[in-house]
Amino acid sequence: MKFETVIGLEVHVELKTNTKIFSSSPNAFGEAPNTNINPKDLGYPGTLPVLNEEAVNFGMKASMALNCDIASETVFDRKHYFYPDNPAAYQISQDAQPIGENGWIEIEVNGEKKKIGIERIHLEEDAGKLTHGLDGSLVDYNRQGTPLIEIVSEPDIRSPEEAYAYLEKLKSIIQYTGVSDVRMEEGSLRCDANISLRPVGQKEFGTKTELKNLNSFAFVRAGLEYEEKRQAKILSEGGVIQQETRRYDEKTKKTILMRVKDSADDYRFLPDPDIVPLFISDEWKEEIRKQIPELPDARKKRYVEELGLPEYDAGVLTATIQMADFFEKTVELGADAKQASNWMMGDLSAYMNKHLKELEDLAITPEGLAKMIQLIKDGTISSKIGKDIFLELIENGGDPEVIVKEKGLAQISDEGQLRDIILEVLANNEQSVADYKDGKGKALGFLVGQTMKATKGQANPPLVNKILKEELDKQ
Amino acid sequence: MANITKEDILRTADLVRLELTDEEAAMYSEQITEIITFTEKINEINTDGVKPTTNGNATTNVLRKDEPVVWENREKALENAPELEERQIKVPSIMD
Amino acid sequence: MSLHNYTIKQVEQMLQNEEISATELAELSLDQIKAVDGDVQAFLQVSEEIALEKAAKIDETKAYDKKLSAIPAGIKDNIAMNGLNLTCASKMLENFDPLYDATVIQKLSTEDALFMGKLNMDEFAMGSSTESSAFKKTRNPWNLNHVPGGSSGGSAAAVAAGEVMFSLGTDTGGSIRQPAAFCGIVGMKPTYGLVSRFGAVAMAPSLDQIGPMTRTVEDNARVLEVIAGHDKNDMTSSKEQVPAYAENLTSELKGLKIAVPKQFLGEGVSEEVKESVENALKMYELLGATVEEVNLPHLAYADAVYYIIANAEVSSSLARFDGVRFGHRSEKATDMIDMFKKSRTEGFGEEAKRRILTGSTILSGRDNFNEAYFRKAQKVRTLIANDFKAAFEHYDVIVGPTAPTAAFEFDSVVKDPLTMYMSDMLTVPVNLAGLPAISVPSGYTEEGLPLGLQIIGKHFDEQTIYRVAYAYEQATNHHKKRPNLGGAEA
Repeated sequence: MKFETVIGLEVHVELKTNTKIFSSSPNAFGEAPNTNINPKDLGYPGTLPVLNEEAVNFGMKASMALNCDIASETVFDRKHYFYPDNPAAYQISQDAQPIGENGWIEIEVNGEKKKIGIERIHLEEDAGKLTHGLDGSLVDYNRQGTPLIEIVSEPDIRSPEEAYAYLEKLKSIIQYTGVSDVRMEEGSLRCDANISLRPVGQKEFGTKTELKNLNSFAFVRAGLEYEEKRQAKILSEGGVIQQETRRYDEKTKKTILMRVKDSADDYRFLPDPDIVPLFISDEWKEEIRKQIPELPDARKKRYVEELGLPEYDAGVLTATIQMADFFEKTVELGADAKQASNWMMGDLSAYMNKHLKELEDLAITPEGLAKMIQLIKDGTISSKIGKDIFLELIENGGDPEVIVKEKGLAQISDEGQLRDIILEVLANNEQSVADYKDGKGKALGFLVGQTMKATKGQANPPLVNKILKEELDKQ
Repeated sequence: MANITKEDILRTADLVRLELTDEEAAMYSEQITEIITFTEKINEINTDGVKPTTNGNATTNVLRKDEPVVWENREKALENAPELEERQIKVPSIMD
Repeated sequence: MSLHNYTIKQVEQMLQNEEISATELAELSLDQIKAVDGDVQAFLQVSEEIALEKAAKIDETKAYDKKLSAIPAGIKDNIAMNGLNLTCASKMLENFDPLYDATVIQKLSTEDALFMGKLNMDEFAMGSSTESSAFKKTRNPWNLNHVPGGSSGGSAAAVAAGEVMFSLGTDTGGSIRQPAAFCGIVGMKPTYGLVSRFGAVAMAPSLDQIGPMTRTVEDNARVLEVIAGHDKNDMTSSKEQVPAYAENLTSELKGLKIAVPKQFLGEGVSEEVKESVENALKMYELLGATVEEVNLPHLAYADAVYYIIANAEVSSSLARFDGVRFGHRSEKATDMIDMFKKSRTEGFGEEAKRRILTGSTILSGRDNFNEAYFRKAQKVRTLIANDFKAAFEHYDVIVGPTAPTAAFEFDSVVKDPLTMYMSDMLTVPVNLAGLPAISVPSGYTEEGLPLGLQIIGKHFDEQTIYRVAYAYEQATNHHKKRPNLGGAEA
């Protein structure tokens, strides 16, 4: 039997506000345990939540960027469950009326474009962090109360590859809005996946399993691929899928049963009496909408249509807003778009990948790159020297013109000076000259190389070729 | 009429993390059935189109500026924890 | 001298004339606590040091010009004070320093009140007799065999016994007014949102309010003036301007329109209570007011709506007591879930457990309970509030008894939860509608137990309530009577 895969993703994104969603504690990552806490974060009796305006703004911004309708009236609900990282034993979330609904994003897999629906986006508070040890577990409440948005997709995703593309696109869009760092390794983006199979042509969904502990987009894809096969095997053999939560194990590359879903899960939702309703006016919505920058798809389109970049290049350059902004600034400063794109897609990306750095961690500026491209264009330096200068710019920054001067890297384009050097090279390599005369083409390349060596690579290559040929012909 | 059985009570108790003896469960079953049955008189009232009241008053749109405040007693708060290890609050392990 | 016999205003005069010092006032209070609290058992904790230190500081500068300069006060032990244990009269919180001040504590502190200590209550404010306290039984100063009412029983008894000049209580369904009535004092439950709830341990957050408990109406108005006002830490806090209640106090009642809901003098209300209310109504007519009976059709459902909403919210409020970060943790636990269960089972008393189980049943997604009971009750709550709103279009205040009976004997009611809950039937509608209401002494039973008259006002119209209460107080001598305890003589 042939099966169709149905996947839905639940993505949690931490919003990078200055303070927590319902308390004034600092919202910061990486501090000593239990530093960013106050009585509210610890669930002390008598404390009350007060909603952070910026968390609402950020939630709205993300929802709008993901094409959601924004609620005009929204409320917060208490979701009850006991766990040491959940200090009030209820999480404040939005059950009845989320801030965003009915959104979508467009993905592209194997050249085919497809819209994936977003059912809802709700604001909620993050839990603390529990670390399991041998003789007990340790709780750190720094993260407790960090504003989160949970983005729930429609079950529109049909393959692990689509899931991967959805996550990449989602991350890119949110990153553009500036409301989150969306760094999976720091936990500011987390993903759970629901997957079920059904016979091709069947309308009803099959029984789904939920995958957790997916620590990278690649693991999401790998976990879903494994689960797809596992379920297909069970169904093909006439078995039934159990509704359960499974964990992806990175070492064995398998999914492992965590717990069977209990139909008695009962969160006893209560509209929070401490939190008053929030009305979002059209003016407020408009004000937020204005703050959303041009998003990746729009930029990509512009780079292709206006700057003549290939689709692929435009896609890579617009993946993060930092790359896109850097690129645009470089072009604005007069650099040729194709040249700027080549340097960024080539040496710059290679460096970032090799050293696991983000663009903002590097010293290079658009001014530096633009000037360097100009120096190559006007023949001041060769593109080979350009590569060395580019590395210098990445690591230490600075003005390419100054670097060229200080290090004496300018190209030798003086004919007289070059001719003297070349005559010396010919004098020292009589055998090669003879070979050339015998019609061995290789000898010319060798002599060019020797000339470049003698000039430490600074000789203007076309000029070297021209003079060499002239002098050889004379001999 | 509501009928909250002993089993219902025990299941709820498990959910809200309370341990009950058999006698307690039986007592609560009887009392809570009585209380909830008593409340059922509200079903006499037609509430079609009536807006529910969640808050104690009609205040709306209260928002806080996103300005951090550091709590001066945060170190002392750790001492309130029954068990502490390396600035973290320790709890017994979860059993699977 | 006894604190019993002076109003806050009189003490203020004496301080300013240097006839008495702050330290002497603190000592008067401490002496009375020593003399009578062995019988009354109102205090869970006496903060002698804090009070004397503060008094010395006040005396040092002789700045007696604050609204509550050197006035000895007691605080219900569900209100957070940095440095003092916050027990809520529960084993769950036996040794818990909240490390922060409730907003009302900051406000009292700014006006130089003296904090004498924390007062007994029903566990987590759930009860009508203070018998559910895990630590002690507070006795009614008028008759030690009777309960002081609840849940603010300690707060009422401490004022009635002259141990403090005022106290703070909290009122979710009558927990200020009913003990005030039982102990023969004045207790105000303000409009929801007038006083910040920040630092008051939640019972049912949509119903809870902090309010003052005093011997006289004038004192009450003065304390409310201090603790009321907007607080950015409480989203439900009102931005309404707080009037100078005490200064504006008059006893002029000409043209005042009083409504009496017929349900308030119906079944379940004792004859003595009815009679005292009828006498009060006659008095009001003599003072120039008109009295009319009204019908509030949904009032009969208020108790049912209250049990549903209050218990649902209670089950949520009490979830945070899990033994992890503070409070009681069982030493017998073997794993995490066991730790939660044993800590909560050992820490909570029977009434708390009953309400957690009731509320959790009501909020359950199973069998549509959440929708059929909770959501339905929230809608009926709207109708009850609408009834009051309609009545207040024609009347200035609504008057009736505070409690259906006078204070009952120990162990007489607590055994049967539903009967116990019935003693709230006259007070809970006010909380459901978020209205302000006061209880003022309205006479005594044959046995000599106090009775209370309840006056309900419009939202944020505490001023009219005080006027109506003051006029009655000034025209009667009920408030001048003292319980017959040991300690300082008049």
